[in-house]
Amino acid sequence: MNRNLSCHRGRTVFVCLAGCLAMLALTGRLGYLMVCRSGYYSQMADDLHQRERTIKAARGRILDRSGTVIADNRTVCTISVIHNQITDPDRVTEVLSRELGLSAEKVRARVEKYSSREIVGTNIDKELGDRIRDYRLDGVKVDEDYKRYYPFDSLASRVLGFTGGDNQGIIGLEVEYEEYLKGKNGVILTMADAAGVELENAFEERIEPEAGADLTISLDVNIQTYAQQAALKVMEEKNAGRVSVIVMNPQNGEILAMVNVPEFNLNDPFTLNTEPEDGSLSQQDLLNRMWRNPSINDTYEPGSTFKIITAAAGLEAGVVGLDDTFSCPGFRIVEDRKIRCHKTSGHGAETFVQATMNSCNPVFIDVGQRLGVENYYHYFTQFGLLGKTGVDLPGEAATIMHKKENMGLVELATVSFGQSFQITPLQLITTASSIINGGSRVTPHFGLRVTSAGGESVHTFSWPVKSGILSEETSANMRYLLEQVVAEGGGKKAALEGYRIGGKTATSEKLPRSANKYIASFLGFAPADDPQVIALITIDEPEGVYYGGTIAAPVIADIFQNILPYLGIEKESAQAETVFASTGGN
Amino acid sequence: MQRAEAGRRTDGAARKKQKRPQRFYDYSLLFAIVFLTIFGLIMIYSASSYKAQITYKGDAAHFLVRQGVIAGAGFVAMIVISKMDYHWYAKLAPAGIFLSWILMILVTFTPLGHESNGKKRWLGPESLRFQPTELVKVAVIVALAAMIVKLGRRTDRFAGKFWAIMIVMPLALLVVLNNLSSGIIIVGIGFVMMFVGSKEKWPYALCMGAAGIVYAFAGPICKFLTDFKIMQPYQLERVLIWQDPEAYPKGFQVLQGLYAIGSGGLFGKGLGQSIQKMGFVPEAQNDMIFSIICEELGLFGAVSVIFIFVFIIYRFMVIASNAPDLFGAMIVVGVMGHIAIQVILNIAVVTNSMPNTGITLPFISYGGTSILFLMVEMGMVLSVSNQIKLEK
Repeated sequence: MNRNLSCHRGRTVFVCLAGCLAMLALTGRLGYLMVCRSGYYSQMADDLHQRERTIKAARGRILDRSGTVIADNRTVCTISVIHNQITDPDRVTEVLSRELGLSAEKVRARVEKYSSREIVGTNIDKELGDRIRDYRLDGVKVDEDYKRYYPFDSLASRVLGFTGGDNQGIIGLEVEYEEYLKGKNGVILTMADAAGVELENAFEERIEPEAGADLTISLDVNIQTYAQQAALKVMEEKNAGRVSVIVMNPQNGEILAMVNVPEFNLNDPFTLNTEPEDGSLSQQDLLNRMWRNPSINDTYEPGSTFKIITAAAGLEAGVVGLDDTFSCPGFRIVEDRKIRCHKTSGHGAETFVQATMNSCNPVFIDVGQRLGVENYYHYFTQFGLLGKTGVDLPGEAATIMHKKENMGLVELATVSFGQSFQITPLQLITTASSIINGGSRVTPHFGLRVTSAGGESVHTFSWPVKSGILSEETSANMRYLLEQVVAEGGGKKAALEGYRIGGKTATSEKLPRSANKYIASFLGFAPADDPQVIALITIDEPEGVYYGGTIAAPVIADIFQNILPYLGIEKESAQAETVFASTGGN
Repeated sequence: MQRAEAGRRTDGAARKKQKRPQRFYDYSLLFAIVFLTIFGLIMIYSASSYKAQITYKGDAAHFLVRQGVIAGAGFVAMIVISKMDYHWYAKLAPAGIFLSWILMILVTFTPLGHESNGKKRWLGPESLRFQPTELVKVAVIVALAAMIVKLGRRTDRFAGKFWAIMIVMPLALLVVLNNLSSGIIIVGIGFVMMFVGSKEKWPYALCMGAAGIVYAFAGPICKFLTDFKIMQPYQLERVLIWQDPEAYPKGFQVLQGLYAIGSGGLFGKGLGQSIQKMGFVPEAQNDMIFSIICEELGLFGAVSVIFIFVFIIYRFMVIASNAPDLFGAMIVVGVMGHIAIQVILNIAVVTNSMPNTGITLPFISYGGTSILFLMVEMGMVLSVSNQIKLEK
């Protein structure tokens, strides 16, 4: 028995040792987990516990050149309920359904849903949000947020663009200047339990948001407003499809107004501004069409306004002089084609000045032919016509022009008076600006400067200018030539008493030619001897009389009449007018 | 051996020394048990208060109060049992086994068994619900001890093995139906007691060797067993998760425990500072409480807890070695086996050293039946210690 007992004792000790050994091994395992793997697992645990809550940064505002705010932020509220903090569900349901105008069942479903946070209403006005907060209901959270707000609703809608749900720019300047406007979102790092409920008193890290910078653009709200009214008026009168007006400073490329009516409401950009005529286009296609900026995104055949470029190239190359005489029988035969003048009986004998005033196609065909394809193309490139203008708006369309090697004499002839190729209205007005401003190719633009939210740092944009694209003499001749067009030629309806206005009319027939649809346009600038403002109007598919000289020129005259005094451009004295008259008689 | 005050000695008893031998009472074990139980209550409060607040409408102490009341009652039971002569239990052995049978059948096969999470483990009405498996453990310890004493040398022969298997296996199988881990513990207790009670080596060495091989090649073996439909696919999944918890979506439970352990570091986040207890670690106050101890008290606290268990097991060994007779020794060995196996398996599960299965940490995890019967077992061990006569 004794031996037996000692055997049991030995085995008891063995079991005890084995148990202790196993525990020692587990201690080793613990040591490995808690020392060697500690960093790895605590990182994983932190990732699991930390909740990142973004604090939205206020988006930078957009201001016009005089400092008027045209894109702003409005504080809106998000109302949400937190199920396990609600103490009086009936009252919460009653108050929220009454204040938010929602059905009681709908609110009750949200209130009774067991989730960490249930959103009841978004984009609630700040006043209503404050009122709901004042009820001090347990479990009801009112969070403030920013929403883009455009005080002028539809003003320059296709230029400014609008923002999406995350306050990101979707079209227009809002996209182009996104990096300046958007600012930097802040972050609140908090700890949360497994159900996602944030822990009180837990370590909290906060990174403050940085508001976006304010963007000042060259647009002038008053000029834009007036140009829009004028465009709307002519669109209604002529029952046109749309009317675009660009007003620009030809000396530096600052765009003062860019109107594309019909505009749409920037505060409600997803509602169509026209009745869809048929079901051929989807809602999204219709919206995209509404959001397009035809002054930049669409090209057209410029027609006679393009004779400015042909004339400038001809004068610069010396193949034509102002007093050269031509003869117009009403058509010109180029190779095997007979190309008609718009006056089928012909203009007869005329000087180059008279031909420009008459907008005589055969004369400009002659100038083109004298230049030749090589030379013509050379000036094309030199004037900067072939690329894009480089405007600070997204989606600019490039010029669609014949390739040099495919350009025969017939193509050269049609291009000379503005047909068989396409450019954007902005490209046309920019090139015209460069021709009349003394030969500096400017970059059309809106952006002037960005100012940080506190106002302490200002970044002024500089825009490339290429000088010497043609001689000052040619530029002066062009100003004279175009002034004659308004004074006595096809553009005389743009004349304005007391002002020296230069300009050129155009009536382009849209493709296909058989459809008999036109674009009437007029490009005008003032003062003719020292251009400070240039404007281009394009009227798409007018009904009835469709000549640019008849319907487009008066609109520019109307706009100039209002904006020239506004821009501080004084009327010339009566004496100057006599001088002008005698010069005109030359 | 430690000299301690005799339990029933009064001031006037000094003169009766020769007549009444001084009796031993293991106060250090008693102290360790009390310490561990109170530490357990603190950890239960820490681990459960956050969830209890949410689940029981602000009653953060819900789990603490329930566990505290039962632990207090258990403590009284322990003291009472420790003052009784343990030989008396031997007569209860057949009754204990019989009662175990009845309760296990009731809980498994009748509507009296209460089902929770798909497992029928609970018996009795709502207020007095308890887990019969805890009773089975005590009953098996007492019955095996009585059997080994009765069979004496025949324990090594066929009769010993036959009776041991007859006592342990049917009950263990009944338990396994709804509680695999308790079944494993019951078989483990039987294995330890038979090992100590016999003189044979090879059967036990073979069993341990086989267990070692299964542990080392668990993956392929379990795949093989699953292919032959012996193991359920969900059990195979647990084995696979154990081997690479990050590769399986269901491994997140295991991972949550590891996150808690890993983020504890050397000295922990401080008592009450665990974040993993806030719904991340499932059953934070129960099976996984050790991971919360690690997170809050660090490696230092966790190793301290293990050392207290090592000390308790060491005290068991001392009492077993000095027990006045084989029956007392075998009871203490059984309890030692029970505590050691349960501690080792619990920590192994929490540290992902073995596949996940629900095993509580003795004295610390939440569970009324568990703490009550643990106290009963401790009372039995103390009773054995109280029968040790101190030699002059």
